[in-house]
Amino acid sequence: MNWDVLLLPETLALYAEGLVTTLWLLAGSLFFGGALSLLLALALTSRVAALRWLAGAYTYCIRGTPLLIQIFLIYYGIAQLEWIQARWDAVWPWTMFKDAFFCALLALALNNAAYTAEMLAGAMRETAPGELEAAQAMGMSRWQIQRRIVLPSALRRTLPAYGNEVVMMLHSTSLASTVPALIDLTAAASRIYADFFLPFEAFLFAAAIYLCITFMLVGVFKALEWRFLGHLRPRSH
Amino acid sequence: MSLATPSKLEVIDLHKRYGSHEVLKGVSLKAHAGDVISIIGSSGSGKSTLLRCINLLEKPHQGRIIVAGEELHLRPTRTGELEAASAQQLQRLRTRLAMVFQSFNLWAHMTVLQNIIEAPVHLLKLPREQAVQTARLYLERVGLSGVEDRYPAHLSGGQQQRVAIARALAVEPEVMLFDEPTSALDPELVSEVLRVMQQLAVEHRTMVVVTHEMGFAREVSNHLIFLHQGRIEEQGDPREVLARPQSERLAQFLAGSLK
Amino acid sequence: MDGHVLSVLSGAQLTLTVSLASLGVAIALGLLGAAAKLSQRRPLVALAGAYTTLVRGVPELILLLLVYYGGTIGLIMLLERLGLEAEVNIDPFMAGVLTLGFIYGAFMTETFRGAMLAIPKGQTEAAWAFGMSPARTFFRITLPQMVRYALPGFTNNWLVLIKATALVSLIGLHDVTFHAMQAGAATREPFYFLLLAAAVFLAYTTVSLWALRALSRRYALGSTQVSL
Repeated sequence: MNWDVLLLPETLALYAEGLVTTLWLLAGSLFFGGALSLLLALALTSRVAALRWLAGAYTYCIRGTPLLIQIFLIYYGIAQLEWIQARWDAVWPWTMFKDAFFCALLALALNNAAYTAEMLAGAMRETAPGELEAAQAMGMSRWQIQRRIVLPSALRRTLPAYGNEVVMMLHSTSLASTVPALIDLTAAASRIYADFFLPFEAFLFAAAIYLCITFMLVGVFKALEWRFLGHLRPRSH
Repeated sequence: MSLATPSKLEVIDLHKRYGSHEVLKGVSLKAHAGDVISIIGSSGSGKSTLLRCINLLEKPHQGRIIVAGEELHLRPTRTGELEAASAQQLQRLRTRLAMVFQSFNLWAHMTVLQNIIEAPVHLLKLPREQAVQTARLYLERVGLSGVEDRYPAHLSGGQQQRVAIARALAVEPEVMLFDEPTSALDPELVSEVLRVMQQLAVEHRTMVVVTHEMGFAREVSNHLIFLHQGRIEEQGDPREVLARPQSERLAQFLAGSLK
Repeated sequence: MDGHVLSVLSGAQLTLTVSLASLGVAIALGLLGAAAKLSQRRPLVALAGAYTTLVRGVPELILLLLVYYGGTIGLIMLLERLGLEAEVNIDPFMAGVLTLGFIYGAFMTETFRGAMLAIPKGQTEAAWAFGMSPARTFFRITLPQMVRYALPGFTNNWLVLIKATALVSLIGLHDVTFHAMQAGAATREPFYFLLLAAAVFLAYTTVSLWALRALSRRYALGSTQVSL
């Protein structure tokens, strides 16, 4: 096996570029996906049946279909629609659909939003009824209750599952490599493999980088859980 | 107790520790056919541990165990405990003992009937027809004919424990071991189980019972052992021992318990 | 248009085949992994731990590409070391099934391990007390009860597995995604065919959810929810 190939400056530069893209995709999808998931979670637990139904249909379709197809739909599928084609040269925001990075980011964000929303909604539904009653007895409005009691508690209780989702998201970014002209970490590895025909070196190196980032993320979430879920820990004194 | 007949169960000088904490400090007991031995003591006295060492659910550090004249061969492990030298002998001897647990431990995925015939059919290799008949007989004896196709989860605690007793009876054991059989039951259900156990005693079954029920200990058993901090503090005829405790600790223990 | 729709639907069959084959591998590895983690023998526990950590730390696509592109070479090198000369080739189907089975075996390990731990200790104690051997205890008591506790986690893993099989289109397997892309390229209308492929997956996941939820209600214990 020829590991020296990995030490060539061009190789390292390519992996670096891939890593940066991967991290931007991760951050972007978590940010936009997270924001959307809050709205969706409120819709999923809303008293308005139509909202619940719409949000539910959205999460059902996203969670019932592969991310790969969602990426293809946005990158290749949307591009087919004449309605888009007529506008994407001049009209913003449709111009963004020509950008590979944007398409990948959109697909990842929409995907993340669906899973996170369901997690959050589940945690919201599981709020202890006693806590709700106490808030109502105090005279809080429904919105105040959501904001001050339900959401903070639910966000904390979602932390472990969300940590898993973040790691999943990191792994999902590797599917961005299927979008042509987008060089994420996996695409970088594929390119190195194609150039040198060294599958083990190319992919194992990328795998090692993903493993490192995963460990770091897991560490961060363990620390967050320690800080924010202290109220659920068993008694130590 | 007759000296001529061989003992059904003999436990000699049992020691057991958890880490540095010694839970049994040299306990011996002997049960002859028809004996009903009650073991009482406060929590932490080691009474459940003693019982669970008999069928090696807990591993003692020292001691000998003899079931119906056959000694269980033990050998030391790396950690200092004693384990069975022969897995087959252990399994065989276990089929000669039967245990009734505090939390019943009926197999949740099997019906009452399946629970009772499991050991006779698969371990004692009895024909299924015979095992089913025996099972129905014992179900009737414990007052539960008609529940054989129900699942344990659908029975009350008292019913489950009586099924557990039937399951133990079905293997026709030399000695029956009861580990606080009524401690997990609601008070109203305790008496139905005690009544069954009393009936077994009348039938001259050999029983070793760890219990908190002083009434049972006094009226039904013919030998009482009081365990305190891993040692036998006092033992003897239940009516005598309970009426006139010789040791101060037993007096304190009895004063503390309600019966 | 018709021919293309048919080809997409024929791909749907291959998708199902790959999913089921991978599931088989995953269940086998899951049982082995759970047994290893609960065996209390340190080398086994460490090995199983490394297995689940590796799978949870590396994206599926990387593992798939590694196995597909590197597998044939690796296997030949391994056989050479052992002194055997053989013509081996890892085709896309095998690469897909082995990789997905390997990955989801790790998830199943956690599911089965959790299920075995959820069984109340008294169940196996009663078995030992009556003289059952460890093997008999496992098959008569542990396994049947484990199935009921594992059902929700098992279902979740299956649902994720089905969707993951779309990746095999990237190594040239003619699954539903591959055919959808091909049809889309041929007709310049990828949107419709991708939507059709998505519908196929949605159908698979819906049926699976419904079937396993029904089974869960009938057999499962514990409170974990079955969901997408």
